[in-house]
Amino acid sequence: MNLREQYVAFMTIIRKEIKRYLRIWTQTLLPSAITMSLYFVIFGTLIGSRIGEMGGFSYMEFVVPGLIMMAIVTNSYSNVVSSFFGSKFSGSVEELLVSPVSNVVILMGYVVGGVSRGLLVAMVVTLVSLFFTDLTIHSYFIVVVVVLMTSTLFALAGFINAVYANSFDDISIIPTFVLTPLIYLGGVFYSMDLLPEFWANVSKLNPLVYVVNAFRYGVLGVSDVNLPLAFVMIVIFTTLAFTYSMHLLNSGKRLRQ
Amino acid sequence: MIPALEIENLSKVYDNDFEALKGISLRVEPGDFFALLGPNGAGKSTTIGIICSLVAKSAGKISIFGVDIDEDFPAAKRYIGIVPQEFNFNQFEKGLDIVINQAGYYGLAPGLARERAEKYLRELGLWEQRDIPARMLSGGMKRRLMIARSLVHEPQLLILDEPSAGVDIEMRRSMWDFLRRINAQGTTIILTTHYLEEAEALCRHIAIINHGKIVENTSMKELLRQLDREVFILDCLEELPAAVAIDGFLIRRIDDHTLEVEVQKGQNLNAVFTALDVADIHISSMRNRANRLEEMFVNLVEGAV
Ligand SMILES: Nc1ncnc2c1ncn2[C@@H]1O[C@H](COP(=O)(O)OP(=O)(O)OP(=O)(O)O)[C@@H](O)[C@H]1O
Ligand SMILES: [Mg+2]
Repeated sequence: MNLREQYVAFMTIIRKEIKRYLRIWTQTLLPSAITMSLYFVIFGTLIGSRIGEMGGFSYMEFVVPGLIMMAIVTNSYSNVVSSFFGSKFSGSVEELLVSPVSNVVILMGYVVGGVSRGLLVAMVVTLVSLFFTDLTIHSYFIVVVVVLMTSTLFALAGFINAVYANSFDDISIIPTFVLTPLIYLGGVFYSMDLLPEFWANVSKLNPLVYVVNAFRYGVLGVSDVNLPLAFVMIVIFTTLAFTYSMHLLNSGKRLRQ
Repeated sequence: MIPALEIENLSKVYDNDFEALKGISLRVEPGDFFALLGPNGAGKSTTIGIICSLVAKSAGKISIFGVDIDEDFPAAKRYIGIVPQEFNFNQFEKGLDIVINQAGYYGLAPGLARERAEKYLRELGLWEQRDIPARMLSGGMKRRLMIARSLVHEPQLLILDEPSAGVDIEMRRSMWDFLRRINAQGTTIILTTHYLEEAEALCRHIAIINHGKIVENTSMKELLRQLDREVFILDCLEELPAAVAIDGFLIRRIDDHTLEVEVQKGQNLNAVFTALDVADIHISSMRNRANRLEEMFVNLVEGAV
């Protein structure tokens, strides 16, 4: 296939992905909007007012970037994991496998589909947050870069999960038992300064810490971790996830018999 | 001439060590209408799976219109349209989207993709149903949807894995007509089936596969010529006498109005009618005993065990 044809195939996958989550928007877009509104009300307004300052900001201001990031992470991940596993389950992944589309186009098509859902939900959540707090952005550049890289990383992770999954249980195990704890322990709700040194060091193994803090820096201008380090870590995790996903596709493991 | 499909010594051992294909070789000429026949579990779907990259081969060589799949699988794939045995589309998508998307995967620009999707959905009688989620189509419609999907990039080699499973007689006839038409327009067609009758109605060449081995590979005509005897059923106008005999022919009286005549290869059928005429027996109709091909098929398949 020449480049133009690969591009057509790429856009076809993306369009199909977007259509899918818009078609089932009550399962894909609505839940995050509702959950995040609840977080804003409970943590930001009710409990937050008792907490006072966190990292030099009101608790609401502190928690909003983390919550937006949380929406991006969960949505880009779950879009790819459910869509790709679904296509494995129904057999429709064969439509792609028998066609001449290259593996990198398949992967990027699904990833961009997941990223787009992450972004869409992030926008909804951001709009909701404006009812609770004023949002001023410290650096648009950093915000955009972090959002794109993070959603790509977790879309890739969702893809890997989908390739390994054999049942619908398998696509909820990782989000429930791995992703959610990592998010909660990733500094969405608290500053790393609050942790004893040992746990602060353990937290440095958690990719969510870098993601959340880099994004918080983009919005508020403060971060618990060194910003260049955060970028390097995100790039490393993303590269690993991409390489591994390509390896899975190229070897055909679990996709071809 | 470069063959549409050439398979050499193909073998497949599945992960559970089951040897599904034991070194098969096949050659299908461009423009041919080819049947791959065999009982359940013979290895038909495995062979097709390997040709379209869904199953990894263990050994052997495959070329599609001269393109070796090991050298340039994407180029080989462009020649192939595939209609699998099992439904493999997203049941929640609409028929039109399914076909348009497939066109996109082959790199057809959106305008052309839509045009082709419309063309083939119309040809397969699904245009009215284009906006219905696929799960709401009937079984026969789903199969036709897969045919439309397989044609959207206008492949030169169309492979159908049991296209008539679950399709009613009328629909099967019109599907056969459709397949004959696109074959006449130059598309090479390979289909798998359990039924020699279907192969006989459509195909010019046939291979019979059993237990992962090719047990017969010949032209349909040649295969039919191998039939050394045929049994005809004769319906008679008047009640038959208690005993009917014709010199040189094996005759069975089935009931008051029905006779069965076995004709060996080389025997003159006219003699039967002459003798019946003399005996004042009048025939209203005559037909083959339908399972003559089945018998041969069973013989071939059992002979190979
Ligand atoms: N994924 C698999 N793992 C192990 N064995 C398999 C697998 N797929 C098929 N087989 C075995 O390989 C053999 C050939 O199967 P195949 O599907 O090719 O048969 P077939 O000729 O298409 O049969 P049918 O007419 O029933 O569709 C069967 O014995 C089957 O059990
Ligand atoms: Mg089969």
